[in-house]
Amino acid sequence: MSQTKKEMLVDPLVDNNPITLQVLGICSALAVTSSLQVSMVMALAVIFVTSFSSFFISCLRNQIPGSIRIIVQMVIIASLVILVDQILKAYAFEISKTLSVFVGLIITNCIVMGRAEAFAMKNPPVASFIDGMGNGMGYGLILLLVGFIRELFGNGSLFGVTILETVNNGGWYVPNGMLLLPPSAFFIIGLIIWAFRTWKPNQVEEREYKIQQVEAH
Amino acid sequence: MSDTQSPEPKGAIAKFLAASPDSVGKTIFIAVAVCLVASMVVSAAAVSLRPVQEANALKDKQINVLQVAGVYEPGTDVSEAFAAFEPHVLELSTGAFVDDQFDPATFDDLAAASDPELSVALNDDPAGIGRKALYRVVYLLRDDSGALDKVILPLHGYGLWSTLYGFIALENNGNDIYGLQFYQHGETPGLGAEVDNPRWKALWNGKKLRDDAGDLQITVSKSQPTAGPDFYVDALAGATLTSVGVDNLVKFWMGDAGYAPFLAKLQAGEI
Repeated sequence: MSQTKKEMLVDPLVDNNPITLQVLGICSALAVTSSLQVSMVMALAVIFVTSFSSFFISCLRNQIPGSIRIIVQMVIIASLVILVDQILKAYAFEISKTLSVFVGLIITNCIVMGRAEAFAMKNPPVASFIDGMGNGMGYGLILLLVGFIRELFGNGSLFGVTILETVNNGGWYVPNGMLLLPPSAFFIIGLIIWAFRTWKPNQVEEREYKIQQVEAH
Repeated sequence: MSDTQSPEPKGAIAKFLAASPDSVGKTIFIAVAVCLVASMVVSAAAVSLRPVQEANALKDKQINVLQVAGVYEPGTDVSEAFAAFEPHVLELSTGAFVDDQFDPATFDDLAAASDPELSVALNDDPAGIGRKALYRVVYLLRDDSGALDKVILPLHGYGLWSTLYGFIALENNGNDIYGLQFYQHGETPGLGAEVDNPRWKALWNGKKLRDDAGDLQITVSKSQPTAGPDFYVDALAGATLTSVGVDNLVKFWMGDAGYAPFLAKLQAGEI
């Protein structure tokens, strides 16, 4: 194994971030980031599901038949997601109402499937667990960044605590309503990708083709 | 599970584990085993957590009733405060309580709306709800002396994107609005979702449903109607369709198809 365990955990945060580099898991990142608290719970849920699904799939990796491996992975992932959903409904009812279908949609989050198929099927359980956790954290980091920007400038608050008193409540801050709508997360994620790639130029993909300059005869 | 495979597996289990995972027998075995284990985990979680979840859903509904009646503060003991409210199952068409037919504590009027025996399809359907339950669970709040103080009535209807579910609280004369609150909706954040804004909700306090002639006048609109300021709630800026939806659903539920028979009884002092 070329990577140390620490690298496996830290790498997906910036250098190999599932959202900004691999551009996976965008759908839920758009939907749940309008408030920081919800982003946080979603991030924790995804970290839990990616780490444990990778772990269990890795435990079974030598026994899973190739012909039904995706289905077996899905069954394991789906069970974990239902588990998370049930626990949220029992112990974090308000947040589970806001997250609604998006907890269920973790099942289809490409990051979870991607790590299961690309890493856990070929590596031992502990390494898979750490890899899953690292990727979940990379996803969570972007979610928190986007949630921070959207809640602060869209609602004037952080974690529901008012920071900028909005005009609707008699303050001075005119909130940017667009930030509360899903498309704004597209712009923010785009800007984050831009920032990451300016900071780490090796993340920039090779151009598929280049316009060539030809000397005129 | 079998990272280190011994060269000659001994025993049935070891042989099975060492066999190629792609054989038909093993494929079927793994499929069945994984499904069995997964379904046991999922059903164990669902069954063991259900009481907590049901308590949450109930508490959530109770908090909304308390909020619309203006008696909820963060930190209130919900079940204790809620004990002051009397739930009743109301037959909409007659305006009479039918607690002897249904248990008010367990009757689910939203589920009843999709039960053909307990609901009717609406031809004239301004609130956009499709079917109307014939019975609704309403709450009466009495003051310390036992006299009726407020009635809390559930209502719902379509806004721009979603059905808004809420409660309206009326004073004991059945005509003065104490408050209106939605507990579930999916309207646009920052625009239609401003139905949750405390400043907008406060506009409802003190408004009247009907004028002296008994005509339903309450209106949510951008400009004041001829009926006067007592019957007018300013529409939400930038949320025309949500405001129209709220206007429709309040008119529908307060009208003859909704609670009008009950409110008439209330005004006549028969409740």
